[in-house]
Amino acid sequence: MERVIAKGAEADLVLREWNGLKTLSKIRNPKGYRHPELDSRLRRSRTKAEADIIHRAKLSGVPTPLLYHVDPDDAVIVMEYIDGAKVRDVVDKLTDEERRILFTRIGWYAGRLHGAGIIHGDLTTSNILKQGDRLVFIDFGLAEVSTEVEKRGVDLNLMNRMLTSTHYRHQEELLAAFVEGYRETLGAEAEEALTRMEEVAKRGRYIEKN
Amino acid sequence: MIALGVESTADNLGIGIVSSDKEVLANILDVHVPEEGGIHPREAARHHSDEMGNAVRRALDTAEVSVDEIDIIAFAQGPGLGPCLRTGATSARALAAYMRKPLVGVNHCVAHVEVGRMATGAEDPLTLYVSGGNTIVSGYESGRYRIFGETLDIAVGNCLDSFAREAGLEYPGGPDIERKAAAGENLIPLPYTVKGMDLSYSGLLTAITAELHSGRHTIEDLCYSLQETAYAMLGEVTERALAHTGKPELLLTGGVAANKRLAGIVRDIAGDHGAEPHVVPIRLAADNGAMIAWTGLIAYQAGHVTPLDASHVNPSWRMDQVEIPWRE
Repeated sequence: MERVIAKGAEADLVLREWNGLKTLSKIRNPKGYRHPELDSRLRRSRTKAEADIIHRAKLSGVPTPLLYHVDPDDAVIVMEYIDGAKVRDVVDKLTDEERRILFTRIGWYAGRLHGAGIIHGDLTTSNILKQGDRLVFIDFGLAEVSTEVEKRGVDLNLMNRMLTSTHYRHQEELLAAFVEGYRETLGAEAEEALTRMEEVAKRGRYIEKN
Repeated sequence: MIALGVESTADNLGIGIVSSDKEVLANILDVHVPEEGGIHPREAARHHSDEMGNAVRRALDTAEVSVDEIDIIAFAQGPGLGPCLRTGATSARALAAYMRKPLVGVNHCVAHVEVGRMATGAEDPLTLYVSGGNTIVSGYESGRYRIFGETLDIAVGNCLDSFAREAGLEYPGGPDIERKAAAGENLIPLPYTVKGMDLSYSGLLTAITAELHSGRHTIEDLCYSLQETAYAMLGEVTERALAHTGKPELLLTGGVAANKRLAGIVRDIAGDHGAEPHVVPIRLAADNGAMIAWTGLIAYQAGHVTPLDASHVNPSWRMDQVEIPWRE
């Protein structure tokens, strides 16, 4: 059994049975348009960084897929296949109370990631899976290790933009719930990051400020 | 209908005359070449002001049209260097008032995309627009050209030009760098900065300049490494945006579109994603007056005119702030 479930610009995702387990392989294929040395340097370093950060996230208490195998030379990560739904797709099916609890938990985990020095880099509701009561954070392909307020603010801004664009019906309540959870786990450092989130939203090349 | 367009956002003074059946009747270019260093906005503006009369006359002569046959006056209202923009705007206002023709202010970046569509026949492309002043990946979506990725600091062409100047190569830097790069063999590790769909070139410029002064590399290897790294970054964000938007065409434009290596990268990426590649010919890809004339013309046909009291220039006018009523 082998099935390509996504062909992204960055990598392909392949569903495979491996030693009796359902696994997902993230394969960073070579890019023909890139110089081979530059190409393998990028694919290698990004594969290693991603595997490392998925592991660090676990240490901070944030659920991420189990890693079965990492091959930097071929730029492949073999990990647990999470048979769950994207939070993005379940938000509208929940009751107000369930939604509030869900986003408080998401905020809570985001605070833990940031507290452990992890910037997700693509913190959207498409990259958090809900499997029963378990929440799993996925796709650390753009993640980096940093405790800079700026990067935390950019991370939070992306989540807020997602709430504004995709979950606009519940944007205010979801942001409030998220912030509550975020404050709880990140503590005193949360305020600075949240203030920066608002500043980042107003920024951008040539964007009007008011 | 015939439009005259004034382009003066940076070092190029361009006067173009274009008809509504997509014919470029004249496309006069007068480039300000600084004696030393990069573009000095005030010096460039003085050059434009000195040469404006000549350029307009040459354009009319080339097009073989009389002043009376011109229907509208279009000008680049931004983004660009303030003094240069103001020189062009002042001339356009004077021409429009004297000739009693409607004035149409045009966004320079939108004009690059529109003339690219006109020249290549692309209908709904994702556009990679790369020049000395801009590095933007954009595509049309609900009434505007949305920006999917852009430089967070300097433009890729600015990075190439600054390095070329530092290395004593010709200005603008692109062509000479490309020639030298062809003989390069070794790839020097350089910072590769892609953040999501945005890019940064200032770190690359600092690093390649340091490698140049270290004396450890040949100029060929330096040019080769700079080019490979800078263009691979463009390739990555373009590919990501193409995958994200699913656009059927990929358009390469701007002065840096003249680079063959970059055009090759764009063709490869388009091929991988089943999109049709289009590379705008250099006369219409680099800053020019025809693109302003053409865009002014289609904007005017869609009902847009710029009253005198709204004709002030905007040096930081983003292309995604412009309504595009001529596309559904």
